[in-house]
Amino acid sequence: MLVEEAQHGQRIVAVTRAAAEAGARPGMRLTDARALFPALAAVAWDSAGDTALVERLARWAGRWSPLVEIDGGDGMRMDVTGVAHLFGGEAGLCAEIEAGFAGLTTRVAVAGTAGAAWALARYSSLSSPVAGEGEEVAHLPIAALRLSPEANRTLDRLGLKTIGALAGVPRRSLARRFREADNPIDALDRLLGRTPEPLTPMPLDLPPRSTLRLADPIDDPGVAGQALAKLAGPLADQLARRRLGARRVMLSAWRVDGEVREVAAETSLPTRDSAHLVRLLADKAGMINPGFGIDAFALTASWCEPLAAGQDSLIGQPSKDHELARLVDRLTVRLGKERVRRPLATASHLPERASGWVSAVNSSPALTREQEGGGAFRPQRLLDRPEAIGVIYATPEGVPRRFTWRRKVHDIARVEGPERIAPEWWRARAKSRLRDYYRVEDDGGRRFWIFREGLVGDGRGGTPGWFVHGLFG
Amino acid sequence: MPSAGHPGDGRSFGSVGEEPPFEGDRERLSALPRPDRATLSELFAASPRDGSATGFLLAQLDPSRPLLWVQERMAILEGGRIYPPGLEVAELIHVEANDARAALWAMEEGLRCAAIGAVIGEIWGDPRALDFTATRRLAVAAERYGVAAYLIRLGGHASLSGARMRWRIASAPSLPNSLDLRAPGEPLWDAELFRARGAVPGKWVARRDPENLQYLVAASGDRALAEDQRRRA
Repeated sequence: MLVEEAQHGQRIVAVTRAAAEAGARPGMRLTDARALFPALAAVAWDSAGDTALVERLARWAGRWSPLVEIDGGDGMRMDVTGVAHLFGGEAGLCAEIEAGFAGLTTRVAVAGTAGAAWALARYSSLSSPVAGEGEEVAHLPIAALRLSPEANRTLDRLGLKTIGALAGVPRRSLARRFREADNPIDALDRLLGRTPEPLTPMPLDLPPRSTLRLADPIDDPGVAGQALAKLAGPLADQLARRRLGARRVMLSAWRVDGEVREVAAETSLPTRDSAHLVRLLADKAGMINPGFGIDAFALTASWCEPLAAGQDSLIGQPSKDHELARLVDRLTVRLGKERVRRPLATASHLPERASGWVSAVNSSPALTREQEGGGAFRPQRLLDRPEAIGVIYATPEGVPRRFTWRRKVHDIARVEGPERIAPEWWRARAKSRLRDYYRVEDDGGRRFWIFREGLVGDGRGGTPGWFVHGLFG
Repeated sequence: MPSAGHPGDGRSFGSVGEEPPFEGDRERLSALPRPDRATLSELFAASPRDGSATGFLLAQLDPSRPLLWVQERMAILEGGRIYPPGLEVAELIHVEANDARAALWAMEEGLRCAAIGAVIGEIWGDPRALDFTATRRLAVAAERYGVAAYLIRLGGHASLSGARMRWRIASAPSLPNSLDLRAPGEPLWDAELFRARGAVPGKWVARRDPENLQYLVAASGDRALAEDQRRRA
């Protein structure tokens, strides 16, 4: 028995069959139920955990139909139009779903409308009802219409106990009495399929996807790689038919214990080259833990871009940009997006901000090619954080003579500077200080880019500090 | 594009007191040995706080072709991250590798891509993953796919390696700056080729070729080096 904290003490949310026999009902107070049967065991209800579980199961149910919708806190609806024959008819599908959710108490129903299926699953006395419309539904109580409690009570007072009885009442007299949005006529129409009740959200344009169902679950770690090789070809064909190229592909593996394992890879240019897709995902597919076994796979191109049929060159060699894009894909899949990057020039005077980096898989070379060169005045290497140095100078405002960096003394032989870079007041905080950059060369010929932060008496802190920021090649 | 007309471009020496090296007759300038085909070269930086290996390397790369620059995490911490405004290359892909193994893997992937102009890897110290087999793999891949590979070693020791050319690079005092005598001029590098296949090892003071920006030149060999030192003394 599950309980939750309510306004006047603990309230029952769900009961087991044994508890129901002892008189406990959902919605009762725990104390009332204990009064009937003192030995009732109560456990706190984990509502977030339930939601997560239903979400996970709904994802897993994608093995039967691509259209799965979570329905309330404890149910899901599936559009099985044109699907059932794959599993040996509607009865076969029901049996397979029940077997699939073994370990959970399930009620499965198939009906022509979503409303009827909902009603049958919850109120029918049959074990797994497959509806012919009408006769099965007609015996169900009014509560199966999913109306508000007030409407239920009104119908009850009118003596309309079953859906069949309600359907017998002339529409006009019902319409006169129920004027709210939540009225029995609409509910009845939905139930009998007179008005459509589509599943939401209905993805109209399903992503290209190829699936593979195994006869028996396989727990060999290599199975994912083999499945991937089999699925890539059909997916590429689908993409070619729809003139799309995949930007993100995802391999899903359905495990028999109700888990779905997914691995994904992104590409920098849309592609439908199956060999390339296999190569991108092969490593990650090998890392899928098969657990007790995997019995279904799907390869989905979850992000596609239009890609017309094209020929790169007459001799069949891929073009330069394609080659580069593939290299970026391979590196990104293994090392991660934030490790494989292209430079991106930014409008800023601060050296560390002027040249940003953007992950290569999400940027095009044309975008990042417009890099403004700093010529001889910018170092080839920049330290991620400027490092503080001790400097000896003739005058505080003058050029440095000697500095100590990482415990080594460098005598400065030649200096060029300063190049003054003021703080960006529209961005930085008001206390940030200007920088005077010097290109210096020590007696060994090593060239550094050092700066003094601030001026003496600029009112923004004490003695200016010196930092080394870059190295010249 | 490399911008012409830096201060100290080497073409116009003004009222400089001493005769600058490389001045005058072209025949005294000789090209540094270059591998006859794409292969793996190793560059040992004299110290991680010396950017000379980067400059020496950039002087021989084609700036119009894309580069793959792989830096190990420690190399970034010690020697700084490469800074695109100073590199002046058309296209660059930067890889930050966690360790030497990942860096070597990324380099090998890069070598398989024909569109890449050159693959550069920077490794800190002497990691276990960087043994003879690893370098030999890189050398073979570079030769097979025709993409030049360069391995910059920061703070490492020259143990057994499959690299075809092995250099030691250090900074040398730069050329006089024609515009400002107190300012650094065009960079010079002390380059020592200590192991090479198909070339005679030697020591040079190298600079960027003022006429062809992709080549390095030097006053030839050890003799010239001695002469250069005498002149400086």
